[in-house]
Amino acid sequence: MSDARIPAAFLRPGTSSFSDFVAENAPDLLPARRSLPAGSAAELAPHGTTIVAATFPGGVVMAGDRRATMGNVIAQRDIEKVFPADEYSAVGIAGTAGLAVEMVRLFQVELEHYEKIEGTILSLDGKANRLSALIRANLGMAMQGLAVVPMFAGYDLASGVGRIFGYDVTGGRHEEASFFSVGSGSLFARGALKKLYRDDLSADDAVRVCLQALYDAADDDSATGGPDLTRRIFPVVWVITADGAVRQSEERLGALADELVAARFVRPDGPVAPLPGGGEEASA
Amino acid sequence: MSTPFYVSPEQLMKDRADFARKGIARGRSLAAVQYADGVLLVTENPSQALHKVSELYDRLAFAAVGRYNEFENLRIAGVRLADMRGYAYDRRDVTGRGLANAYAQTLGTIFSSGGEKPYEVEIFVAEIGETAADDQIYRLTYEGRVADEHGFAVMGGDAETVSSYLQDNHVDGADLASALQVAVAALGHSSDGGQVQDRVIPVEDLEVAVLDRTRTQPRKFRRILPARLAELLGERGPAEAAPQVHASETPADGAHADGGEPPVAPPA
Repeated sequence: MSDARIPAAFLRPGTSSFSDFVAENAPDLLPARRSLPAGSAAELAPHGTTIVAATFPGGVVMAGDRRATMGNVIAQRDIEKVFPADEYSAVGIAGTAGLAVEMVRLFQVELEHYEKIEGTILSLDGKANRLSALIRANLGMAMQGLAVVPMFAGYDLASGVGRIFGYDVTGGRHEEASFFSVGSGSLFARGALKKLYRDDLSADDAVRVCLQALYDAADDDSATGGPDLTRRIFPVVWVITADGAVRQSEERLGALADELVAARFVRPDGPVAPLPGGGEEASA
Repeated sequence: MSTPFYVSPEQLMKDRADFARKGIARGRSLAAVQYADGVLLVTENPSQALHKVSELYDRLAFAAVGRYNEFENLRIAGVRLADMRGYAYDRRDVTGRGLANAYAQTLGTIFSSGGEKPYEVEIFVAEIGETAADDQIYRLTYEGRVADEHGFAVMGGDAETVSSYLQDNHVDGADLASALQVAVAALGHSSDGGQVQDRVIPVEDLEVAVLDRTRTQPRKFRRILPARLAELLGERGPAEAAPQVHASETPADGAHADGGEPPVAPPA
């Protein structure tokens, strides 16, 4: 009869972590709380692929391609793999898409929940650590082939710079100083980022660098999708500055992609980096 | 052996209600006002850290008067309920009605159970919809009654005086600045010992938040900070913020800083 009232667990003071609260009171809702039969489940579900990020003075850009694959099949052409985590950070995901999207949802609620309960926003390191904990909880699934490897980037309100964090499947995190990439095409993307990245990029140029890197990843990795000019599907790009995280509009990305592809018609391998000490002055 | 004395249920409930009402009347008033773009919540609260108005969910806000520890408990429970439901289903499935019901059941059970003292709180759950016609303000009382308010609502301390001022001055569909001016003037309108006074509440002592439909983010709750408040309120006549002590405020009440203290601004 008196069961209509809010359960005592909800009224008990204590944790301001949503995932801890759910783990205690409704553990079945957590993505990592599932036991799988032995064996690999890697081929069961679509995989998301390449995410890149680059900092610029006063902020950070994160971009992801739109392809999800299942073996040799393209499972989805317009999947979104970069999400706002809160108003000043974004999270991009590579790995098992279903679990990863669920983990991002949990992470978003986690940050918002803390903010509402405590009345203050978590520090950027605090957010990065919470994401570590969520990934670690998924280790069992990762060992059966359902790994989730996110990347986290945000604007640090305390120090006024953009920062990037990379993770491994055990939840280990490391901070990247200037640029980073994860996913199947990350090796190729990283090569492009290395050659194109500079410390003094403007926000617009940082977006261009990320799009070039994704193009190069798609060029050499079959699981990464390039800009789809016929269907007008372009990478998801978030720019995060002191003013918050803003998703770049489809029109703008369309224009940038057209510009990029037009240049690749002239030189398919993309912009040329200058070669110090080389015989000839390289043209950009 | 002492004889157990008989107390009629009517008397018992009346005593409990009186107890709760007295506790609530000690604090300052809080007004919820509908304006063109959403709902405005205003109260006088000298503390910058202990909030009486806060965010529950995308389109929901929580406001309370009374005992801080009790309504803070209810607020946290509401945030947990809302986040849990939104995570298990979808963000759109979190509604003000659902939360108002949960609060009503909880307050009602506590009020009528003999074992606990009734909560000395009164709560608003405000919700905004797509248009002003879809906006809702739910008022929850200490005994678990729910009422659906329209236009404006006031609770706490001098609710009747503030309410009467709003009754005369509230305009439907006003913009934020004018709605705020009316609400703040209403809170400064008080009847002490039968004498009606108007005073200008210092900007730093106001706690103001809105649920703003025009915000592009999904979370529509926004606090309005003193700098912006001063801008919105404009010139409010001579700054005659007079310190005023409510006769009913006991020293014990000042111990929890949810509005027990008189405003600190010196008389001009």
